[in-house]
Amino acid sequence: MSKIGVVRFPGSNCDEDVCNFVRAKGFTAEYLWHLDQFTIADYEGLILPGGFSYGDYLRSGALSARSPVMKSVREFVSRGGPVLGICNGFQILAEAHLLPGALVQNEKRRFIDDWVELEFLGKAKFWAAEHPNRMIRLPIAHGDGRFYADADSLKKIEDQGQVWLKYRGNPNGSLRDIAGVLNEQRNVAGLMPHPERAIFDWMGGVDGWSFL
Amino acid sequence: MKIGVKIMPREVILDTQGRAVEQTLRLNKLPVESCRVGRFVELDISGAENQALQQADQIAKTLLHNPLIETYEIKKL
Repeated sequence: MSKIGVVRFPGSNCDEDVCNFVRAKGFTAEYLWHLDQFTIADYEGLILPGGFSYGDYLRSGALSARSPVMKSVREFVSRGGPVLGICNGFQILAEAHLLPGALVQNEKRRFIDDWVELEFLGKAKFWAAEHPNRMIRLPIAHGDGRFYADADSLKKIEDQGQVWLKYRGNPNGSLRDIAGVLNEQRNVAGLMPHPERAIFDWMGGVDGWSFL
Repeated sequence: MKIGVKIMPREVILDTQGRAVEQTLRLNKLPVESCRVGRFVELDISGAENQALQQADQIAKTLLHNPLIETYEIKKL
């Protein structure tokens, strides 16, 4: 059975939810610890889950992005392996410069816990590649979720089709309503909303189900 | 005029953020003897230099720092 690695940092807190999602989709899930490196050939994909790694010290995701496990993640990415960052995982991938832009504090400085409407613009390799809908609904829960990039980078991200998801009704002041982005090769994807929190009806929505 | 206020955690206070940064530096083979993380506040205050510095001091005392756990320094920029 193919295996998905779930990378755990000190302060990750969506790791178990992500594992349950991975298993519900018929994959084997395996935790990867932030201090260890791993054999990249063993994994079909990697997920960096949400949370508050290192208590968001310095900048959200900044310390995790420089942890030993990221060497293996980088190698996995350079071989074309698919990597998904959710919420804090997205912040870590942006801090590691594996994704463009940065996530800064919400415009109104409040932590937001809500459901949002989103639209797919770009297509990622592997993640949500077969998603049946263009418009979806997912929960968000973040304080530092405002996507920021300078004008030149923004233009580049848009021109190259690296915008993965946009908000309908911008909750946090993200530039160009951006909720998720892709790297140039499309194998690295990051988003602030939580697909793993919307996979069964009892959760209030199922639009996260097809992300895997 | 621009005045900078540097606020640092007192030596006796466990600076968990500084400790986390220090540990990450070590993991990245950029070891330091120690690392402490504080904050820097830039104030723009109009009026005579002396008065502005005095006001900055007042601001630092009343809001920007907590004397129990932090120290501050004021500097004209």
